[in-house]
Amino acid sequence: MTPTRRTRNPSDMARPPAMARTAPSPARALLRLLLALLVAITAVALTQPARAEIEVNVNRGDVQPLPIAVPGFGGTQGAEIAQVISANLQRSGLFRPLDPASFTERDLSAGVQPRFDSWKQINAQALVNGTVTVQGGQLKVDFRLWDVFAGQQLLGLQFTSSPENWRRVAHKISDAVYERLTGEKGYFDTRIVFVAESGSRTKPVKRLAIMDQDGANPSYLTSGDSIVMTPRFSATSQEITYMSLRPESSTIYLFNLETTRRESLGNFPGMVFAPRFSPDGGRVVFSVERGGNSDLFVMNLSSRTSTRLTSDPGIDTSGSFSPDGTKIAFTSDRSGQPQLYVMGSDGSNARRISGGGGLYTTPVWSPTGEFVAFTKQVGGEFHIGVMRPDGSDERLLTTSYLDEGPTWAPNGRVLMFSRETPGGPSRLWSVDVTGRILQPMPYPGAGSDPAWSPLLN
Amino acid sequence: MVLSVNSSMVFRLVLVGVAAASLAGCAKPKTPMATSLPPPVTQTQPPPRTELPPATQTPMTQAPLGAPPGSTQDFVVNVGDRVYFDTDSHDVRADAQPLLDAQAGWLRRYSAVKVRIEGNADERGTREYNLALGARRANAVREYLVSHGVPADRIATISFGKEQPIDGGSDDAAWQKNRNGHTAIVSGAR
Repeated sequence: MTPTRRTRNPSDMARPPAMARTAPSPARALLRLLLALLVAITAVALTQPARAEIEVNVNRGDVQPLPIAVPGFGGTQGAEIAQVISANLQRSGLFRPLDPASFTERDLSAGVQPRFDSWKQINAQALVNGTVTVQGGQLKVDFRLWDVFAGQQLLGLQFTSSPENWRRVAHKISDAVYERLTGEKGYFDTRIVFVAESGSRTKPVKRLAIMDQDGANPSYLTSGDSIVMTPRFSATSQEITYMSLRPESSTIYLFNLETTRRESLGNFPGMVFAPRFSPDGGRVVFSVERGGNSDLFVMNLSSRTSTRLTSDPGIDTSGSFSPDGTKIAFTSDRSGQPQLYVMGSDGSNARRISGGGGLYTTPVWSPTGEFVAFTKQVGGEFHIGVMRPDGSDERLLTTSYLDEGPTWAPNGRVLMFSRETPGGPSRLWSVDVTGRILQPMPYPGAGSDPAWSPLLN
Repeated sequence: MVLSVNSSMVFRLVLVGVAAASLAGCAKPKTPMATSLPPPVTQTQPPPRTELPPATQTPMTQAPLGAPPGSTQDFVVNVGDRVYFDTDSHDVRADAQPLLDAQAGWLRRYSAVKVRIEGNADERGTREYNLALGARRANAVREYLVSHGVPADRIATISFGKEQPIDGGSDDAAWQKNRNGHTAIVSGAR
């Protein structure tokens, strides 16, 4: 798929200053957008005193989702494309797609300016409309994003692809809208690799599986004849690494999703587990167990040489590189209980960063480098949380009987994890980094160990 | 074994008895006295039959002897293949030592047997840490057996972490069962 982008309107080049994409944090970007809309609405309100007041309520990161209208696009599969976009924006928690039954303008086309008044009436702050055409076997989707109260186009793009890729086109439009309105990259044109679970609790069947981030197109990657766990995406390629466990041995595999080529990381004297790629995809950090003791190693994938990083008698596992590749966060129980540590990626200067009381495991550095996400176990409950890489500003985002194993969306805004109820199956959930938007993933089956892909090309 | 007695055998026994009685009479010659003989036994008259007790009431019983010594079943039933651990601990508990002593004794006797110690953890922990914890438990069992005379090269280890619970429940009793070291016989048992 090779989407083409072209600017359809000069206003896309000259964004309103208040919408400029310079805000360092999404909350600030959204606040700026809402303030800009408030200014626009105030201006409009001078001539339309009967219009309802918009409420901008920013309180400890609580943001009112932005009312947005995504009417069905014209043309083949236009309705389905709009539904996928609408569902993506809704799940982000930052947008509130309006009920299509309330729309009064119904003959929209990407080639005609909308009648803004009819969208103001239902208080749509933003409008996404589009037209789908099929030319020479290619699907062509034109779409525009409008600031309703300013009466201005914010974005106009055309995507061309083969017709079976219509969902990916919808995800790319979602990402474009998200990025234009929040100032941050989107995460909708991505996939989730995870462990699909079936069988009983005492005879589990665990298969590697992959699906779109919205739960569509799930498919299995392994047959289930061995237990698989902890798949992790490369940040640079459509490649994953995971662990396979048989009674005789454990193996770490590298699996290329495009070529379906699978290879073992190699043979080691003990168990190998907990693999994770370096940010450049050139190395894998993993644990090797020998004589009951687990230590961290790193393998250079081009030279196939591995280096030992830790050698203390405690458990050292769950290594995760910082985005610049210079540091590794990991779990160790060298203090007597599992806690989080950060060291140089050569194994130097290990330093404990967790200290809030309780057991800390599964540190995962955020793609932006801003946070380390983790699982915390305290008082009989489990939490997904985040802290700064120096251990400050710990915040717990979830609480349940058993939450574990966070993975970051590529923009660092959303975390996905496994949640289990007592005696029940494991399911995939997501929470945004503020902890405000917690929801089950739209995947009906039992699953665990999710890993978020980078944005697709 | 079932006793099988037919009527002709009973008849032969009766004849033997009559012959013995007459031989005894020959051995001790005495003055003939007029005594009335018992009525002659005629061959045309069958002797009274004795009712034998039904076979099911015989005093003999039969039961399987139990697992063949040296078999996997022998190990599992008569020795025990699983010891349990405390939360987040890999210390061999005092109550596990007699069972491991018995495992060591059994493995010393059956020297062709190779085993794999499988370390398990309960669900109250995260996946990767529990793999490491299970590996520690498996190794603790292995070291105990080695220190009690079982050659190290006969004992492999693996950790299943929390992936293979033996109890699917979510309470203290289930978690206790799932924190274990399982000694699985891999080869060499009869």
